[in-house]
Amino acid sequence: MKCGVVVFPGSNCDHDCYHILKHILGLSTEWIWHKDDADLDRFDAVVLPGGFSFGDYLRPGAISRFSPVMKAVTRYANKGGHILGICNGFQILLEAGLLPGALLTNRSQKFICKPVATVVETTETPFTRSCKKNAVLKLPIAHKQGNYFADTETLQRMADNGQVLLRYADAAGQVTEAANPNGSVGNIAAVANERKNVMGMMPHPERAADPLWPNVDGQAIFQSLIESIAS
Amino acid sequence: MLAKIHVTFKNGVLDPQGKAVHHALNDLGFNEVRDVTLGKYLEIKLEGVSAEEAEHRVSDMCEKLLANTVIESYRYTLDPTD
Repeated sequence: MKCGVVVFPGSNCDHDCYHILKHILGLSTEWIWHKDDADLDRFDAVVLPGGFSFGDYLRPGAISRFSPVMKAVTRYANKGGHILGICNGFQILLEAGLLPGALLTNRSQKFICKPVATVVETTETPFTRSCKKNAVLKLPIAHKQGNYFADTETLQRMADNGQVLLRYADAAGQVTEAANPNGSVGNIAAVANERKNVMGMMPHPERAADPLWPNVDGQAIFQSLIESIAS
Repeated sequence: MLAKIHVTFKNGVLDPQGKAVHHALNDLGFNEVRDVTLGKYLEIKLEGVSAEEAEHRVSDMCEKLLANTVIESYRYTLDPTD
C-alpha cells in the first residue's frame, strides 16, 4: 500500500501524518508538493494534513484549494481514490467542493486545543470499517474554524446516505450539546462524500496513533483504510 | 475602477460576533438596534475593463474565491471615478 501526504505552504501536521503512515504503520509513503499536478494514480490513499495553509487567509482552505495539486486530487477523487483530509485538509476539501458543507469559526470564537470524544456513526465507509458501530474514539482537536455547517436539506441527504462518520460525544458515546466543543451542527466531527471515498475530519487521528503515547484511538481510521485497500 | 465588495453570512448561519456587537450596542443604550451582521469588506482596484466587463468579472471573483456561497452572500458596487 502506498500513501501520499500533500504539503502546502503552511501545512504543519504533514510530518506527523508521514510518521504514522511510514514508521508506525510501515506503509510506503511519499510527499506530494502542492505545486505538483501530476496524476496520483500511483497512490492507494492520499492525505491532506492539518496546518494553516496560506496562513488561512480569507478563509481556511480558500486559497489552497486552487493549488495545482488540487486538480490532481479532484481527478483522483472522481476516479474513486481514497482521500483523507484532516483539520486544515478537511477545510480545503470543503472549499474545493469535494465534501458537502462548510466550516465556520468556533461558537466560542476561540482556538480550541483539547482531547475530545467522538462516536462512530457508521462503519460502512473505508475510513471507519475497522471500528465497531457506536465505538468511542478519543481524539485531539486543535482548530479555530471547526464549526461544521450545512443547510437542512444537505444534512438530511447526508444522514440518509450515511455520510456522517463521527460526531462529538461524551465519554459514554452520547451525542449531547455539552459534548459539542465548537458548535458544529448535529455535533458533526467527520463527513464523507456521497461515494464515501473522500473523508474530512476535524479531530487529529495522527496525534493519537503512536504507541509512545497512551492513546492510539486514531489508529482505527488508518487501520480501516489499510483493510479497505487490502480487500 | 474600484470594486467595493461586502461579504456577509447568509441568513440562518450563526454569527456570534454580530450577536455580541448587537448586545453591546443595546447595553450602550442603542435600543433601536434590531440586528447586527458582521462581515468582510474588500476593495479591488481594476484596470482596463469596461463597467459591463467589471460587473461580470467581479461577480466571478466572488463566486470563485471571495465568498464561500455555502455560508456567505456577497454584494458589490463599482465606482468608475476611483
